[in-house]
Amino acid sequence: MKPLRYILLTLAALTFIYPFVWMVSASLSSEAGLGSLTLLPIGASIQNYVTVFERIPLGRAFLNSLFVAVFTTGLVLISGAMVGYALARMTFRGRDAIFYLIIFTMTLPFQITLIPNYITMVKLGWVDSCLALIVPFALNSLSVLLFRQAFASLPQALIDAARIDGANELRIIFQILIPNILPTVLTITILTFMGLWNEALWPLIVIRDEATMTMPQLVTLFSVGGRADGQLGVKIAAAVLLALPIIILYLFFQKHFIRSMASSGMKD
Amino acid sequence: MKKLTPYLLVSPYLLHFLVFVAFPVGFSVVLTFHDWNIISPMKWVGLANYGRVFRDREFWQAVWNTLRFLVVHIPLQIAIALFLAELLNRTIRGAAFFRAAFFLPVIVSGVVVTILWQQLYSFNSGLLNRGLVGLGLGRVGWLDDPDVAMYSIAVMATWKNVGLYVILFLVGLQSVPEQYYEAADLEGATTWQKFRYITLPIINPTLFTVVVLSTIGGFSLFIEPYIMTEGGPLNSTLSAVMYIYKQAFQYYHMGYSATLGFCFALIILLVVVVQRRYVEREI
Repeated sequence: MKPLRYILLTLAALTFIYPFVWMVSASLSSEAGLGSLTLLPIGASIQNYVTVFERIPLGRAFLNSLFVAVFTTGLVLISGAMVGYALARMTFRGRDAIFYLIIFTMTLPFQITLIPNYITMVKLGWVDSCLALIVPFALNSLSVLLFRQAFASLPQALIDAARIDGANELRIIFQILIPNILPTVLTITILTFMGLWNEALWPLIVIRDEATMTMPQLVTLFSVGGRADGQLGVKIAAAVLLALPIIILYLFFQKHFIRSMASSGMKD
Repeated sequence: MKKLTPYLLVSPYLLHFLVFVAFPVGFSVVLTFHDWNIISPMKWVGLANYGRVFRDREFWQAVWNTLRFLVVHIPLQIAIALFLAELLNRTIRGAAFFRAAFFLPVIVSGVVVTILWQQLYSFNSGLLNRGLVGLGLGRVGWLDDPDVAMYSIAVMATWKNVGLYVILFLVGLQSVPEQYYEAADLEGATTWQKFRYITLPIINPTLFTVVVLSTIGGFSLFIEPYIMTEGGPLNSTLSAVMYIYKQAFQYYHMGYSATLGFCFALIILLVVVVQRRYVEREI
């Protein structure tokens, strides 16, 4: 029984890992070597990668993606902590109403808001500007709820002591309380960063200028447009470059990734 | 000043809510009664957009495609995730490695996964068809046959997401007290009986989560068919979001695509309500 379980688990693990290995080796193969079930590239060369960088500004898109993801994640953490703190530790009129609005927002299908939000971007003149990629995502309901939960679990004495020392609310939140809830901060950072890094639909809608495009968007357009000339190896090389940063992060923060995603799945 | 503090702290939320939630919801209601291409002035058309939805064959095709996607995706996802979670549940050595492996496709962009599977499914040079030919069988039009393409996408989506559901089920399985199984063993219960009457009722909430998340995922499908098939062949992989996108950004029918968004949201709600009743009654 026991060996059988390990055989099955290993087969399953290979099903999930091997395609990525194949991708890397295919991206390094010549076009003729593609389509075989290999571990090592056939006729190894980096020609596919050279071609990708010749045809599309992928380096620029990488920087755009990085800037948008890092900056927006920062804003999500700041706004989430402020709102979450107020909801968890303060009493004021309308607090419960705000809580229900957040729940409502989370259950609202994005299909409803997609078109009006695009029109808002047009009217604000944000089409083709990175503002369109940042501002709509600068606050999210899940991060508010996670912060609220984490702040609620801290002892009141911590806050009282800081108040006696004369700290204002912002100092209490960001200097005194945040260091005590770092696991929550990490969870929100991972979820937000990953979501932004992988998002392709919204950029496709609001960005048409190649110099402002994010990586998933540029790779998508490269893949469906004619610029890859139907060369599979080149498309795969672009996909490898898109996957690489998040996989590297995953190698370092594996457990946190899994825990974060599981906690968000439970809440939906 | 002190009384104002909480309101200052929640002000980013209120501002964001007004601009990106309340306004769009309200405005999309207005849009559904108008014809508008963003440039010329809006034209009031009453309920015409709604009437058009009912007669729109492409809309119903997209709904039907999503249902066909879900019929394959949900059972497959639940079966594989439960099976792997069950295998992992009593595994101690290497459990972290296996979990990490199953989770790998979850963290990667759908764009990457789609480009990868596009090669696997390719009619002439794809690995799957090469394997079939190698076995002396005929090629399958994984993405070229209108009767097959949506199911191919459903299998790919399962491969991408199943790792997340393995983890969710694992959390559920680990909450089943070991004594329940021991007691059942004493009564001479079979493995199936133990699964049916002990495990299943306890993981029922997780099951419902999986069903709902998959349903929402099915109606959110966009980048996969956009890259793989562009909705074809014969609109057989046209998804809800793709159709909204097409009406808005190819034809500039803003009023009509807002109406589509509303109707799809309504259908999601309807499907989830039906699923809830069914899952609760069955288990």
